[in-house]
Amino acid sequence: LQSVRGQLAALSIAAVVIIVGVPLWWRTTETYRAWLPVSQIKELAKLQLHLSADVEVVFARGTVTPEQQKKVPLTQTQNMEHRVDGDSFNAILTPMRLSNSASVEADLSLHTLSESPSGSLVVYVIPESSSLLPQNVDVYIGQRRTALLRIGSQMRVGKTLEQLLAHMEPRIKQVLHVMSFSHTDITAALSNRVRISPGNKESIADSMRAFKSSPGYEITFSLLNPDPKSHRLHWDIEGAVETYIQPLLTKLSPVANFSIDSQTLYYAMLGVNPRFDSSRSTYTLNADSLAHVINPVEARLGSNAASSNPVLNFLLYIPDAHHSPLYIHDHKKQQVPTNAFHSPRWGGIMVYNVNEFYEVDTVFPVDINIDMAKVMGVFLAQLRLLLGVQSSTPPPGFLVAPCGNAGLADWELDRLMWSRSVENIATATTTITSLAQLLDQIGNIVINDNIAQQVSSAVTSLQLAVSELEAGNLGFALQYSKEAILSSERAFFDPSLLHLLYFPDDQKFAIYIPLFLPMCVPILLSLLKIVSEARQKHREKKPKKD
Amino acid sequence: MKIHHFLSLFSTYFLVDGVNIEDRAGQFFSSGHTNNWAVLVCTSRFWFNYRHVANTLSVYRSVKRLGIPDSHIVLMLADDMACNHRNPKPATVFSHKNMELNVYGDDVEVDYRGYEVTVENFLRILTGRLPPSTPRSKRLLSDDRSNILIYLTGHGGNGFLKFQDSEEISNVELADAFEQMWQKRRYNELLFIIDTCQGASMYERFYSPNLMALASSQVGEDSLSHQPDLAIGVHLMDRYTFYLLEFLEDIHPASKTNMNDLFKVCPKSQCVSTPGHRTDLFLRDPGSVLITDFFGSVRKVELTMETINLTDPIEQLESAESGELQKEMHTYADQLPVSEIIHQKPKQKDWHPPDGFILGLWTLILLVFFQTYGVKHLKHIF
Repeated sequence: LQSVRGQLAALSIAAVVIIVGVPLWWRTTETYRAWLPVSQIKELAKLQLHLSADVEVVFARGTVTPEQQKKVPLTQTQNMEHRVDGDSFNAILTPMRLSNSASVEADLSLHTLSESPSGSLVVYVIPESSSLLPQNVDVYIGQRRTALLRIGSQMRVGKTLEQLLAHMEPRIKQVLHVMSFSHTDITAALSNRVRISPGNKESIADSMRAFKSSPGYEITFSLLNPDPKSHRLHWDIEGAVETYIQPLLTKLSPVANFSIDSQTLYYAMLGVNPRFDSSRSTYTLNADSLAHVINPVEARLGSNAASSNPVLNFLLYIPDAHHSPLYIHDHKKQQVPTNAFHSPRWGGIMVYNVNEFYEVDTVFPVDINIDMAKVMGVFLAQLRLLLGVQSSTPPPGFLVAPCGNAGLADWELDRLMWSRSVENIATATTTITSLAQLLDQIGNIVINDNIAQQVSSAVTSLQLAVSELEAGNLGFALQYSKEAILSSERAFFDPSLLHLLYFPDDQKFAIYIPLFLPMCVPILLSLLKIVSEARQKHREKKPKKD
Repeated sequence: MKIHHFLSLFSTYFLVDGVNIEDRAGQFFSSGHTNNWAVLVCTSRFWFNYRHVANTLSVYRSVKRLGIPDSHIVLMLADDMACNHRNPKPATVFSHKNMELNVYGDDVEVDYRGYEVTVENFLRILTGRLPPSTPRSKRLLSDDRSNILIYLTGHGGNGFLKFQDSEEISNVELADAFEQMWQKRRYNELLFIIDTCQGASMYERFYSPNLMALASSQVGEDSLSHQPDLAIGVHLMDRYTFYLLEFLEDIHPASKTNMNDLFKVCPKSQCVSTPGHRTDLFLRDPGSVLITDFFGSVRKVELTMETINLTDPIEQLESAESGELQKEMHTYADQLPVSEIIHQKPKQKDWHPPDGFILGLWTLILLVFFQTYGVKHLKHIF
């Protein structure tokens, strides 16, 4: 009886350990991982974008004969597919509405008053003999979203409507490449995903120059006065920013937020000694030494400690009286007309000479008012380059209207919005995909609920952005893509996702053995004893039976 | 005849030089980076590890001299040697016997100091997973066009590096951190230098592209220190970093020395250990990589050719010229809501299973119970 009780005790202990203990240990040592929409993320990772631009083509009087007029189809779809290193994107020009117009001038004036929705274009086709465009110019691109296209001569185009449309198609595509997006633009925007980007030096330089897409930027204007004993400088920076820079930034507000500040630095020298050019009796900085100018100055420029946004620095340097006037020379020893240079993804520096404001024998210090219009003209051009607004030179035969007071034409804004949307979508997709991969690979990371929520919202925003791009709603696409970037960055950089310490196997054994071995050895031994006793009894029973 | 020969030699030299200028212009875009960052970490504390702090500070000094600004350097020092009680020359950290070179200087900006230098913080800096309240100076705000220099020094072993004498970072974790950086495109190219014992083991596990690594010793070898200073009483520098500093002192921002020269620093005769390097993950040829690509900060520069013609006169801001000071009402923001804190409920802690001590205690109690109430019950178990 005693042995039975003992056996029962041992069996029950073993049962408790196995049935209750092992699951308890498993549950308490597993990491909490909230559910992530992995299948949807895999879907998005394939990144098939459809970009659709709304183009309206208006044929002016004289371009189309009356018979052709009746046969003009209302819409036409053009589809161009491009592949970028495994991702594909389709550029669809739908719908291309073809309509007629009696008077181009009246229409043009109408269009300058009304706003076309962003992402769309209107192309006016004017007869070859029209005097609206100068002789050697075939295409004129206006400030808003309109373009004038001169049709070719009757001999080249042909008589039938099909020939006319066939002639128009590549030319309209060319206009679209300049005004909306082209293969190189989209490739540059997707450069995150393309590991090695071959190509000519210009495209590499372009992609390196502009800042990456970011929800906000900080712009700092600094006035460097190395010689306060001679020059007392006054610059109306507030007014200049308000008049010249703010319109551009307001127009760019759908793309990013900007914060501006300004400062004056005294006794800030350039790191390079300028050379005296006796032939022109001026001081010169040649292009090779410019690279070493920025670093000594940068150490003294402050930055806003609170935000992690990229900073654009614009420096205005007034040379000291002993080194005036100071001119920048290019590689061919010619003076640079703007007297300014910029550094990719950093900012720009302009040298402003003030020696003509005073004579040699005036009483120092001299009060000088800086001509902010000239300065801001240069800074605005640099700002456009650094933000990625400026594009490559237009093809021959194209005439581009100068950008208006805002410093940015509507179609340039559209261009920026297209490339930013694509870039945001590509970056957010990469982030989400790599986050999913990372969490899959490392089983020890705890995935909290808020991370799962951020990931889900990022996935939803991405899907919406892709569908809006397909529909052609550029404004909404950009907005959704920005939301997607925000959520995905927040999820990826969440502080709780730190990789738990890596435990090599021998360390795991070293921890568990002292805990579980003393407990398991008696249980195992007693079970073995029970089994051996039972087998002995069974063997004893057997001969009895026989 | 000889003069003619000489003249022709001279002329060819000048021709070659002319070609070189064009080449230099093309080299502008060959490296593909627009900014430089440096993360310099000293992982050991205590006075006798003076040399590790001196190592880190000497690399910091070189990197600053070659142009990287403080805003782009993350300096982590695990202990304060300059103001240590045992330092006979306070506010100095010397790197050479006879106190020739004070690497502490007067414009050192230490971002992580003392107990803030932990494995967790180091990994957080690399991966970018810092809490939102972290200031800019404590972050690595690199992008896909940044070249990053990472320098680690301290005590290490086969596959790990010791932080603060209490924790370790393993080579697997480091490789994973670099992979996360690559996934998020937080670097263009990365140079990893480590000066510890068995340093080569730390870069064995790297698998991300564009990484180049240098170590002061191979697996199984110890990195040795250079020389003690009898006045200060400790070893001042490690050999590898001492010769590295000597090498870097010859570099100026416009020099064209490349990585192959860096690999030759401190051969076995000087270092006693064998320095190693790893370049198989690096896409460019090391002979074409300049030292200043990582240690300096040579900016790419383009001339601005265009300007925009602005014709509007500046608007006079009316509100600023009103003459009177405008008074605005501000309320004092209650930054410490005392009433909320007092009445807060205690935070709910997660339940943890009892740890080893409790288990041991219960086992003891059970044994004692069986002891007193009879050994015969135990017989059935054992």
